Amino acid sequence: MIKDKTFEFKNGGDPDVASAVAAIRSLLEFLRRDQSETILGLRENMTQAIRRLEETDSSVAVSSGGELFLRFISLTSLEHPDLSQCKNVMIERGELFLKKISLSRGKVGKLCHTFIKDGAKILTHSSSRVVLKVLENAAADNKRFTVYVTESQPDSAGKRMAQKLRKLNIPVMVVLDAAVGYIMEKVDLVIVGAEGVVESGGVINKIGTYQMAVCSKAHNKPFYVVAESFKFVRLYPLNQQDVPDRFKYTADILKTVKDLNQEHPMIDYTPPSLITLLFTDLGVLTPSAVSDELIKLYL
Amino acid sequence: NITDSDPDGRLTVTDKDVKLQEIALAKNEGKELTKEEKQRLRKEKKQHKKNKKDDKGPPEKEKEKEKASVPAPSKPATQSPAHKAPAPVHASESAAAAEKPAKSKAELRAERRARQDSERTSKQGKKEGGQQSASSKPKATPNELQPVVKRLPEHVQVDDPAALKKLAKKLERQQVPLRSDYGYKVSLFSHLHQYSRKSPPTLQISIPATVIHPSIVRLGLQYSQGIIAGSNARSVALLHTFKQVIQDYSTPPNEELSRDLVNKLSPYISFLSQCRPLSASMGNAIKYIKKEISNIPSQCKEEEAKGKLQACIDSYINEKIILASEAISKYAIEKISDGDVILVYGCSSLVNHILCKAFEKQRKFRVIVVDSRPRLEGREALRRLVKKGIRCTYVLISALSYILPEVSKVFLGAHALLANGYVMSRVGTSQIALVAKAYNVPVLVCCETYKFCERVQTDSFVSNELDDPDDLIVTRNGKSHLENWQTVKSLGLLNLVYDVTPPDFVDLVITDLGMIPCTSVPVVLRVKNVDQ
Repeated sequence: MIKDKTFEFKNGGDPDVASAVAAIRSLLEFLRRDQSETILGLRENMTQAIRRLEETDSSVAVSSGGELFLRFISLTSLEHPDLSQCKNVMIERGELFLKKISLSRGKVGKLCHTFIKDGAKILTHSSSRVVLKVLENAAADNKRFTVYVTESQPDSAGKRMAQKLRKLNIPVMVVLDAAVGYIMEKVDLVIVGAEGVVESGGVINKIGTYQMAVCSKAHNKPFYVVAESFKFVRLYPLNQQDVPDRFKYTADILKTVKDLNQEHPMIDYTPPSLITLLFTDLGVLTPSAVSDELIKLYL
Repeated sequence: NITDSDPDGRLTVTDKDVKLQEIALAKNEGKELTKEEKQRLRKEKKQHKKNKKDDKGPPEKEKEKEKASVPAPSKPATQSPAHKAPAPVHASESAAAAEKPAKSKAELRAERRARQDSERTSKQGKKEGGQQSASSKPKATPNELQPVVKRLPEHVQVDDPAALKKLAKKLERQQVPLRSDYGYKVSLFSHLHQYSRKSPPTLQISIPATVIHPSIVRLGLQYSQGIIAGSNARSVALLHTFKQVIQDYSTPPNEELSRDLVNKLSPYISFLSQCRPLSASMGNAIKYIKKEISNIPSQCKEEEAKGKLQACIDSYINEKIILASEAISKYAIEKISDGDVILVYGCSSLVNHILCKAFEKQRKFRVIVVDSRPRLEGREALRRLVKKGIRCTYVLISALSYILPEVSKVFLGAHALLANGYVMSRVGTSQIALVAKAYNVPVLVCCETYKFCERVQTDSFVSNELDDPDDLIVTRNGKSHLENWQTVKSLGLLNLVYDVTPPDFVDLVITDLGMIPCTSVPVVLRVKNVDQ
C-alpha cells in the first residue's frame, strides 16, 4: 500500500535529515501518487497519512511538520476546475515548502553562532543536529570553545553527539545527567535543540532539558534554544502533566504497554519563563514573540 | 498613563450632503463663530464643493479642522475628551490655530489647501473603514509625525475643577442630570467618582423624560442599583435597550438617520455613564453600534434601516457573546482533566458556563468557590454550580493560602484585557493570581475578544471604580460599628470594584480565537483591526 511505501522511504533516508523533513518528503511523494477524485478526498487522505506517520514516529516535530505542510499547500487559490491542475499547484507548493525547511537548519546555524564568543564554555543536552550545525558554524568561524554534553539516558544520545563533535575537532566532555548542577557554574551558556516549540513560547525536548533550564536560571546563565520553524506546534501545556501522552512515549511503547505510569517519558516541557532566546529560521525570538509567529504561521 | 477611546465622543461622519447641516448644528449648539471663522467656513464650503469628486478624506479633515478651529479659541477639551482620530489633527490644528492670528488670511488659506492636498493624496489609497474615530486612528497616526495629544477621559479627572466644569457644561447641554459625589474619598482615589446608591440620577429626571428614552432611564436605574451586574450582563442589557430605542426612533424631517440617531445616542450614553461608569465591553459595543449606524446608506428607507440595525445588534450579541462562550468552553474543557480541583473567584458568567459544560461532558472535578465582601458574588456562583450537581467548597478570600495547596488549576473571568497584557477584573483577582503563582498553580483567564481594549494600565489606581462606601458597614448583633463613619474626620471607607493583574501571574488566556499567552493580546487586537 502507498502508506507502507512511504514508511520505507522515510526509514531508508539519510540519518542527518530531521525526521520531520523525511516525513514531509514522504508526504509529498504520497501526494504525487494519490488517486483521489476530489480535493476533500485528497485532504482526508493526507490527514490519514500524517496520522499514520505519527503512529510510527511519535515525535512532536512530525506532527507539527505534517500539519504545517498541509496548511502550506492548501493556502493557495485552488479555484482551478481541473483536479490535476490543483494537484500540480499543491505539489509545487509542497516542493517549495520542502526546499524552505531543508534550508532552515543552515539559517539557524548562521544566526546563532555569533552568540558564541571566543573562549566560551557551552553546555548542551543530548544529541541535536541543529546544535551540531551551530557549533560547526562557530568552529568554522575560528572560534575556540569547549562543549559539555550530558549523557542523556536512557538512550545515551549524548555520547553520539560527543563523537560527532570530536570529528569536528571541538574539545568535548561527556557529563552525567546528574552532574548538570555541578557543571553549571563552569559554563557560560547553554544551547539546546527542541523537538517542538509550543504556543506559550516553551519547548518540548528530551527529558532532562527542564532540569537544565531550572539550573541555568538559578545560576543566571543564558539558556538558548535552537529550532526550525516547522517545529512550532499548536499545543499549550500548563505543566509537565499537561503534555499529551502520545508525545511523551515512543510509538512502540504507546502501542504495546497498557499502564503508562510505569514507563519513563522521553520528553519534558520547559516553560517560557526559563528560556532567554529562541533561534529559528524566522529570526531570533523571545518566548513571547513565538505566539505572534505561530499566529502568522497557522493563520 | 491612560489612553482611552471614549465612546461618548462625538463622531465626525463625513457625509458630504449634510455637511451644511453639521455647520448649522454647530451654530445651533451655541458656539460663537467669529466673523473670521464664518468667512473661513464659507471658504471651506466652496472648496468642499470643488472637491466633490474626491474621496471622503479631505472633508473629514476639513470638518475636523472646522470643529477644531471653532472651539480652539474656547475650550478645546469640550470637544469630547479623548477623541482619538482627530487628536493628531487637533494637535496640529490647535497649534496652528493659536498661530493663525499672527498670519494673514491668504497665507492661512494656502497653508490649509496644501495640507489638505497632502493629506488627501496620502489617504487616497487607504480603505475607508467607516467614519469612526477609533478605526480611523491607525490610519491617522502613520501620517502625523507631531506628538499626539492624549486626552484623559473625564471619569478619572474628578479632582480637576476645570474638567468638572466642562463635564457639567456638556451634561447641561445634553439635558442629562449631573450626579454629585458622596462622602469623603481616600486621597489616592480622589480622582475618581464615588456615588451613593441611595441617590441615583433617575431621581432628578422628570417623567415623562424629554431627552432620555424611558427604557434607558430604567437601564440606568438597574445599573446604579446593582440589579444588573457583570460585564456580559451589562453589555447585553445595553444592546437590548438600544434595540428598543432604535425601534421607537423616528427620523425627524430634513435629517439623516445615520447622523441623527448617533447624536440621539450621545445623551443616553452620558446618562448611563452617570449612573455607573461604562465598562470596556460596553464601550466596544457602543463603538460597534455607532459604526453600524453611520454606515447606513442615505438612500435606505427608515424601516429597512431600523430592521438592519436590529439584525446587526442581534448578530453582535450572538457572535461575540453567545457563540464566543461556546468556543471558549470547547478550548477550556480540553484543559480540565479528571480529578482536577478547580478554584474560581466571584461570579463570572463565562467561567460558570465552562464548568457546567465540562460537567455535562462527564469530567470528574470539584470546585472551590472563593468569595469576598462586600459583594459576596461567590454565593451566586455557588448556587448555580450546586444546582448543576457539581461538588463545591466555599471559602472567603482570607482562607486562600490555606486552600491553595489542594488546588490544581485556577479559572478566572475578566472584565477587560488591556493592550499591554494586564487583566482587569473584579477586585481580589490579582491577589488570587499572586498567591497561585507562589504555589505554582496554573492560572487560566477566560475572556471573549470583544472585551479586549486598547487601553494600557500598569496599576489599579489610575482608572478604577469606587462603589458606594456605605456597603462596607456591617450590622452584627444589632450594632453597626461604621454607621457614623462620616462624622470621623480622619476616616475614609474605600470600596474598590476592579483591580489589575500583571501578565506574569497569568499562564494562559482562553479566548474565542484560541489559547494565547497573556503577552499576545496586542497581536489579537491587531488581527481584529485588520479584519475590520
